[in-house]
Amino acid sequence: MTDDKDVLRDVWFGRIPTCFMLYQDEITEREAEPYYLLLPRISYLTLVTDKVKKHFQKVMRQEDVTEIWFEYEGTPLKWHFPIGLLFDLHASNTALPWNITVHFKNFPEKDLLHCPSKDVIEAHFMACVKEADALKHKSQVINEMQKKDHKQLWMGLQNDKFDQFWAINRKLMEYPPEDSGFRYIPFRIYQVTTERPFIQKLFRPVAANGQLNTLGDLLKEVCPAAITPEDGEKKNQVMVHGIEPMLETPIQWLSEHMSYPDNFLHISIIPQPTD
Amino acid sequence: MATPNSLLWAVDIFGRVYTLSTAGQYWELCKDRQLEFKRVSAIKHCCWGIACDHQVYAYVFSSDVPIRYQEETYENQRWNPVGGFCEKLMPSDRWQWSDVSGLKHQQLDSFTLPSPHWEWESDWYVDENIGGEPTEKGGWTYAIDFPATYTKDKKWNSCVRRRRWIRYRRYKSRDTWAKITSHDDPNQLPDPFNDISIGGWEITDEPMGRLSVWVVSLQGRVWYREDVCHHNPEGSWWSLIATPGEAVQISCGPYDLLWATLWEGQAIVREGIDRNNPQGISWTIVEPPSSENGILHISVGVNVVWAVTKDRKVWFRRGVNSHNPCGTSWIEMVGEMMMVNVGLNDQVWGIGCEDRAVYFRQGVTPSELSGKTWKAIVSGRESDRSQTGSSTSLLSAGCFFSDDVREQMNLIVQSDADISSDTESPQIHPNLDDMPLSGAAAGVNGNSVGSQSAEVSANLAVDPLDSTPEEASPASDNGEKAGLEKPKSSADQDPHPAELQWTNIDLKEAHKKPLLAASTFPETSSLSSLGMFSVGVEEHYGADEHPLWAWVCGGGCLVDSHSLLKWFTLQSGLLSSVQSLSLSISPAQTAAWRKQIFQQLSERTKRELENFRHYEQAIEQSVWVKTGTLQWWRSWKPQKWTDVRVVLEQFTGNDGMRDSILFIYYMYHEEKKYIHVFLNEVTILVEVLNDAKHSFALYTPERTKQRWPIRLAAATEQEMHDWLALLSMSCCESRRIQGPPSHQAIWSVTCKGDVFVSEPSPELEAAPHLMPCDQMFWRQIGGHLRLIECNSHGIVWGIGYDHTAWVYTGGYGGGFIQGLASSADNIYMQSDVKCVYIYENQRWNPVTGYSNRGLPTDRYMWSDASGLQECTKVNTKPPSPQWSWVSDWYIDFNISGGTDREGWQYAADFPASYHGHKTMKDFVRRRRWARKCKIITHGPWLEVPPIALWDIAIIPSSSADKEESIALWAVSNKGDVLCRLGVTQQNPAGTSWLHVGTDQPFMSVSIGAFHQVWAVARDGSTFYRGSVSPKKPAGDCWYHIPSPPKQKLKQVSVGRTSMLAVDKNGNLWYRQGITPSYPQGSSWDHVSNNIRKVSVGPMDQVWVIADKVQGSHSLSCGTVCHRTGVQPLEPKGLSWDYGIGGGWEHITVRGNATEAPKAALHETSEEHAAKPTDLEDGENGGKGNHSKTTLMVNEGQALDRNSVNC
Repeated sequence: MTDDKDVLRDVWFGRIPTCFMLYQDEITEREAEPYYLLLPRISYLTLVTDKVKKHFQKVMRQEDVTEIWFEYEGTPLKWHFPIGLLFDLHASNTALPWNITVHFKNFPEKDLLHCPSKDVIEAHFMACVKEADALKHKSQVINEMQKKDHKQLWMGLQNDKFDQFWAINRKLMEYPPEDSGFRYIPFRIYQVTTERPFIQKLFRPVAANGQLNTLGDLLKEVCPAAITPEDGEKKNQVMVHGIEPMLETPIQWLSEHMSYPDNFLHISIIPQPTD
Repeated sequence: MATPNSLLWAVDIFGRVYTLSTAGQYWELCKDRQLEFKRVSAIKHCCWGIACDHQVYAYVFSSDVPIRYQEETYENQRWNPVGGFCEKLMPSDRWQWSDVSGLKHQQLDSFTLPSPHWEWESDWYVDENIGGEPTEKGGWTYAIDFPATYTKDKKWNSCVRRRRWIRYRRYKSRDTWAKITSHDDPNQLPDPFNDISIGGWEITDEPMGRLSVWVVSLQGRVWYREDVCHHNPEGSWWSLIATPGEAVQISCGPYDLLWATLWEGQAIVREGIDRNNPQGISWTIVEPPSSENGILHISVGVNVVWAVTKDRKVWFRRGVNSHNPCGTSWIEMVGEMMMVNVGLNDQVWGIGCEDRAVYFRQGVTPSELSGKTWKAIVSGRESDRSQTGSSTSLLSAGCFFSDDVREQMNLIVQSDADISSDTESPQIHPNLDDMPLSGAAAGVNGNSVGSQSAEVSANLAVDPLDSTPEEASPASDNGEKAGLEKPKSSADQDPHPAELQWTNIDLKEAHKKPLLAASTFPETSSLSSLGMFSVGVEEHYGADEHPLWAWVCGGGCLVDSHSLLKWFTLQSGLLSSVQSLSLSISPAQTAAWRKQIFQQLSERTKRELENFRHYEQAIEQSVWVKTGTLQWWRSWKPQKWTDVRVVLEQFTGNDGMRDSILFIYYMYHEEKKYIHVFLNEVTILVEVLNDAKHSFALYTPERTKQRWPIRLAAATEQEMHDWLALLSMSCCESRRIQGPPSHQAIWSVTCKGDVFVSEPSPELEAAPHLMPCDQMFWRQIGGHLRLIECNSHGIVWGIGYDHTAWVYTGGYGGGFIQGLASSADNIYMQSDVKCVYIYENQRWNPVTGYSNRGLPTDRYMWSDASGLQECTKVNTKPPSPQWSWVSDWYIDFNISGGTDREGWQYAADFPASYHGHKTMKDFVRRRRWARKCKIITHGPWLEVPPIALWDIAIIPSSSADKEESIALWAVSNKGDVLCRLGVTQQNPAGTSWLHVGTDQPFMSVSIGAFHQVWAVARDGSTFYRGSVSPKKPAGDCWYHIPSPPKQKLKQVSVGRTSMLAVDKNGNLWYRQGITPSYPQGSSWDHVSNNIRKVSVGPMDQVWVIADKVQGSHSLSCGTVCHRTGVQPLEPKGLSWDYGIGGGWEHITVRGNATEAPKAALHETSEEHAAKPTDLEDGENGGKGNHSKTTLMVNEGQALDRNSVNC
């Protein structure tokens, strides 16, 4: 029988085959070869693209190498979203590999945050973890941790060390046995069709009547439009980590097993593809 | 949780007895429904009650183990030259039939059953066992004259002989109310009883099972039931205990606390209750909290006393303990109660004054005995299940006070009365006539007139009391008072429900809810579906919602701060199906959503990774390092703890294999040095409990040989567990071991109760390439056990130090192994209790007699067993921080050598052998004090209640059919031999025990592959059980086998054909001459000494725990050893190979059926499939093949030879 622990591994080791191509208007000294890479779904673009940067730097004039940014089919890709989320949101149901365009010029100031160093990513990541724990445990767990534990979380993510990361992260996933789950579920729901970056609300894993809340309950409450009506045609896909969990899935289980390393459940709602 | 269910008992106002399980959520009607009761008093395994006929009844729960009592008498004969031995005795001789002393005449037919609740098990028969040795047929033992020493051999001077006849009687009235009949003189008979309380079972130790039963009669006299114990559940007679006034009510705690209330309103406290005098000596009067309101009701626990005064106020007595049973002062508690009852763990229940609901006192802990709040138990009765099951909102327990439901309250009365008369009237006891009548009358009254419901209920509650003949008796007066007060107070309260700030009852809401609830659940109509009434939905709501209670008793109800009770919310029907815990897969695991996630994830991986594996990884793997500061027990002298820096480096090899090295940096003469350990060489990481240090030991094969591990200590327990978890995960990773242990796994237990498991390699038993057993890798599995047994089908059972039986759930991890190295499912809470012992030592001197002033050379006056370490009551701590005390210090009388009445053992000097009585030559004495401590941990174990076990045996291998039942035998801690029924691979816990009768208590049992069952009694007698087979799992009779000369056996183990036994002097014996036609064998062959325990495996491999093994650096006690050279023609083997040691207590290899590699081809069972090895190469290959073929041939023979059951 498969163990729930395997889900954590599958989530962690999710990889998206990606083809990086330099934007056509970038000025190069030689022709830029595309660069192929397996991107970890749970990581951040600017954290895992040192090799990409190095690759394209080689063919460019030194003075043209400024801050790198990425774009997919005209959409600038936000580095502070996990890669898996970016892919699910913008590129699911497309052919693999994922074709990402690499830019150095014309940084889209209004769409993207600057990412001058890895420290910025770390700060963003830790801020998310802390926010998530504030929701889950009133910050009690994260505050009880030592500085080195925080560092271990980050290093685990940065170096793709599953065990190192989970040795600490499991503490963030615990809850008192007398409760049936976290205080609130840290989640964010993303839709490409709206202007809002994402939906985030307070939502408890257990309903007032003691029943476990499900993914369906969550959507019903915060994003009813995403749900397919009883007899209606399915218009949307509800995606986490490239899969569509059933709406009956308990939200607590999802939060424990399918959250990103930042401890948030990043759910994408995308239009159902029309074949 | 894996704790067994226990029961809360309660009586409703109609006298019907209900129980509520700690795991359940419905009150269930007592199985024996023929009687109505006024009072019940329960403990875990029985309940006593006073029925409405004023008779006392005892309800003893049924159990797989019968209650049996052995009657014995002796037949005596004298030799004369004419007729040889004959019945003619000399006039000075004893009777021809007598007791053991010869002083009492007792013929076979003089024995009668003590009460109708007993039956004879069989006819009289002769006991053919003298002191563990079988006698000749006829069972005669011989002596020169009466009285003398008897031997089993007839000598030339044997002039007299005697033999022992035995017959068993069995208590049959179980799971039913058995009337306690009195054999006393009719003039002395007590008047009708008014109150009863049982307890005191903690005063003496098991297996006696003594119980104190106290009753109060209507005339206010207190009686004590003599001689109630495990094998005499009814007791023998009533003794009158003088009291300073007329008693009304009495309460007896589990230990030595006993309080009663007097008619004048004071309480009386019994002093001087102890082991030798469970009745106590004298009474002390305790005044009530205020003079105008006397004490009405009292209930006591171990360290608490709760009282209810006549104004219904609840009081807690401060400062009560064993030394001061009277306590110091009263504290008023919030709330008004009809009665309160203290149960196990000093938990408290009460019956609300207003609503007659049962309340549970929340937050009672050893440090806060008075608890926090009263919480109403809203569980419905089982008969209402269909209704409550469908409601999902939390319904208020106090709702019936509202105007809306007043009408329906009458219905509850009528309907309940109707139910009782409908279903039970044919069986109603003649004495009870007035009870159902008044119930019915009230029902009619309520229905037609519509009088206030509370009044009806209150009257009913006191009805049984009113019907007593003595009008003036205090109890009935009391009852009447209660009856008068009741309607008044409820009438008062009615308009002001919000005043009840002391409960969780939300009375305001009650006004609104009924309508709402009624309209929300129109389908609820269970009563009308019974065809009783055709009533509206609204009426239903009131009718089933709230039973009215008269009495509650938690004396058998085990609740502690870890318990998760479902009593306080009305659960929805869906959840209730989850409540029963079993080994089967829980619904969440089979849920469609879960399957879907697994499936989609694997599809995703396939889609996104399958064709792109050649892509470069974005993140390169690198070395990961954990560093820390620990202490190291340095290896040169003087040995001491030294601060060291510890670095664990993990790296991934080219093959993707993870490996790790542990570096320990230390200073040596101001020079920085280090030692390092490759974790793939580590064979075991084991916690070493020490009161000063959180330390663990790390062994490699080399260090096992030396008996000198690397020992490291951390500053905190948490830090140590973090390191242990990380290191053990790294060890498992480097050996590619993950998930649960295989069915072949070898299990072992240390003296600290830690459980280890090792995967046997095929080379372990394959001579001549034998893998030395110091190379075995052991990993820890959570839990705390004393012994563990398994077989090759993955059935694993264990026994805790508190004798609780546990079955393995198939999980792994637990304990400190958390997170990823632990399975998510199948890990449950486990607890164990053991005793810590210290000794009080005294020396005699001519002036003061025995005193605690010893000679200067003497040991400490408070010491450990050796006398070398000072251990006082104050400074002795539990074994580790994981343990916590659960009792106070008490004198331990169960110590070899016996004790006097105060627990002392005497000897000529320290240290010497001690005996239980003082002689002229004795100048020192000691006594043992014990204190219980408890550990709470987690592991893949589920409790198998309720019978406490001493030993287990599982058939080593049988057919691999998943459905087929697997033979499992056990010995209970009382010495009963048991055979488990229904054990299969699907249900390893089995279903029930089958008791196998024996003439004395047993201590060890084992079963071989062909159902050969051997067992050892506590007196050292050895037995073979005849005719055991799958069709006849318990066999037919015991064959007494003579022990090895001058030895008493203590443990047996039977493998495929080999049978080995260990005696009390540490010798290991092999049973010679076992053949299919003569499975008992013929003689004993000595194999080895220095043995503590033996485990014979399914291939007849022999493993033991050796007493002492000398290593190159140190000596280890309790060491796992493997007998090498064991072959079909050489079943005793040749020599010992030494494995892990130093505190090992138990090993079982009975799952390891992993044959040598070649043999695997011949095995059909998939379990036996051995991993392919490169054993064949090299010059040894030929030899190996040779030995293996002999093995095969002889296996064939062995099979034939042992077709015992064919």
